[in-house]
Amino acid sequence: MSAVLAVQAASIRFGGVQALQEASLRVEPGEFVGLIGPNGAGKTTLLRVITGILRPDTGHVLLRGADVTHQSTAARVRQGLALTHQIVRPFRSMTVLDNVVLAAGYHRTSGPLHALFNVSRGSETERAMAILGKVGLGGSERKLADALPLGQLKRLELARALALEPSVLLLDEPLAGLNHTEALQQADTIAAVNAESTTVILVEHNLEQVMRVCRRIAVLNAGAIVSDGAPAQVMADPIVREAYVGDGVVAHADA
Amino acid sequence: MSAYEISLLSVVGINVILAVSLNLISGFCGQISLGHGAFYGAGAYAAALTAVATHNLVLALVAGAVVGSLLGIIVGFASLRVRSDFLAVTTIGVNFLFTGFVRKQSWLGGEMGISSIPPSGLGATGNMVLILACALITIALSLYINKSWMGFTFRAVGEDEDAAATLAVNVASYKLAAFGIGTALAGLAGGLYAYFTQFITADAFDFVVSVMLLAMVVIGGIGSTWGVAVAAVVLTLLPEAIRFLNDYRLLVFGGLLVLMIRLAPGGMAGLFKQLVWRSAKP
Ligand SMILES: Nc1ncnc2c1ncn2[C@@H]1O[C@H](COP(=O)(O)OP(=O)(O)O)[C@@H](O)[C@H]1O
Ligand SMILES: [Mg+2]
Repeated sequence: MSAVLAVQAASIRFGGVQALQEASLRVEPGEFVGLIGPNGAGKTTLLRVITGILRPDTGHVLLRGADVTHQSTAARVRQGLALTHQIVRPFRSMTVLDNVVLAAGYHRTSGPLHALFNVSRGSETERAMAILGKVGLGGSERKLADALPLGQLKRLELARALALEPSVLLLDEPLAGLNHTEALQQADTIAAVNAESTTVILVEHNLEQVMRVCRRIAVLNAGAIVSDGAPAQVMADPIVREAYVGDGVVAHADA
Repeated sequence: MSAYEISLLSVVGINVILAVSLNLISGFCGQISLGHGAFYGAGAYAAALTAVATHNLVLALVAGAVVGSLLGIIVGFASLRVRSDFLAVTTIGVNFLFTGFVRKQSWLGGEMGISSIPPSGLGATGNMVLILACALITIALSLYINKSWMGFTFRAVGEDEDAAATLAVNVASYKLAAFGIGTALAGLAGGLYAYFTQFITADAFDFVVSVMLLAMVVIGGIGSTWGVAVAAVVLTLLPEAIRFLNDYRLLVFGGLLVLMIRLAPGGMAGLFKQLVWRSAKP
């Protein structure tokens, strides 16, 4: 019962596509789990089910043992979940700083009335500046989010999630669109966050970085977890190789 | 001041309250409403009935704000179910339902409206001062909300509600708050209008009014309190100056609305900012 996050036999169907098929996952506090799988395996869908953006047709999501399947996204985030979107979703008309300040002010935005009687942004601004420095966006605070290239928007996505002070951080392809050096840095930043006792689930196609930083890997294929364990063991699993046939990703990871 | 000027300033003040309050909903929070006239009307009728029954100005104005807000929160609940482009259509429907309903109710005076509204006791000048004071308070409230965390969160919800939800924002409660506050102010404006004319019919709150108000918001600059307030003043005075405009109000305001959205989505406030920004550059 010590799992910080548990997905129990979650299934969800979009028209003719069974995106999740009784997917189950248990994550202990402090773990750093890489969630991999071919395109269309259901990785994004699983993260969306965990955060409540999608409701599973059947199955449950548990946070620290409590069933949150019917709670809103905001309620789950307030209990320590945070998600970065695969397709970045910045507030484009706001500055980079304001994007992060809003997240950092989650105490102040707990309800409209409470928010109405709060004006000061001092402490949130300070915290947001520090986080932006940490993800490598120092110096871009005053720019409009709209003006950032994709690589930096990926970092902004991470910065906003970190500003929520999550206990469980869900990252959907945070390294996509970054060059080799940037990906390395970003992966290190994520590893450092995990080292400060934040549980991390990392969905990523960059297997080189996943193998480097994650201590456990779960493989999703056709909506189900088909393999789960230590990185080397999972990579040697014939089922995983089969799942990736034609995808060419494992060959790359071996290189 | 002539009676004409007093009456004109009163109407200007009422329109400023209406446009600035609509801006809270459509500008700050991004919930495009083409039914603000209905909340304005609900407030006017509630205030008129209360005035007739109690002869109490404060009570009547409070009743106007409360009833406007109640209807607003009900429509706000609808906004939780529909995407924003459908909300515009839904609110048009609300406006037509409202005027259609009122015209059929004998207890609301039917087609004849309510004509026995007692005077406020303040006189025409007093009424005008009260209206202008309420307009200033509305502007001040709007400026404050924009500075507060509520306004900050409204902007996030207006831009991308799913992204806001992932940042711990309870989107539904913020939308309801925007509707609740914005329509309370519209209801208050309705109460002030009832005392100003002492005679109301459904025609004063029809769809054309809603289009005119949204035109003020868009032309002033969605989200800009001052821009919207100035647009409300100008667009109220313009048809007075150019009489024939009055006969084609829907055409003129609707046309301006569409033109502005196509050519300058930032409105006058946006154009003004661009101008300042350009002249500030070396
Ligand atoms: N909102 C949706 N509507 C319809 N189909 C969807 C939707 N979201 C995902 N899918 C489908 O579900 C499957 C899993 O998608 P996704 O979770 O995005 O995969 P991954 O992130 O692993 O690439 C895909 O076949 C995708 O086309
Ligand atoms: Mg995906």
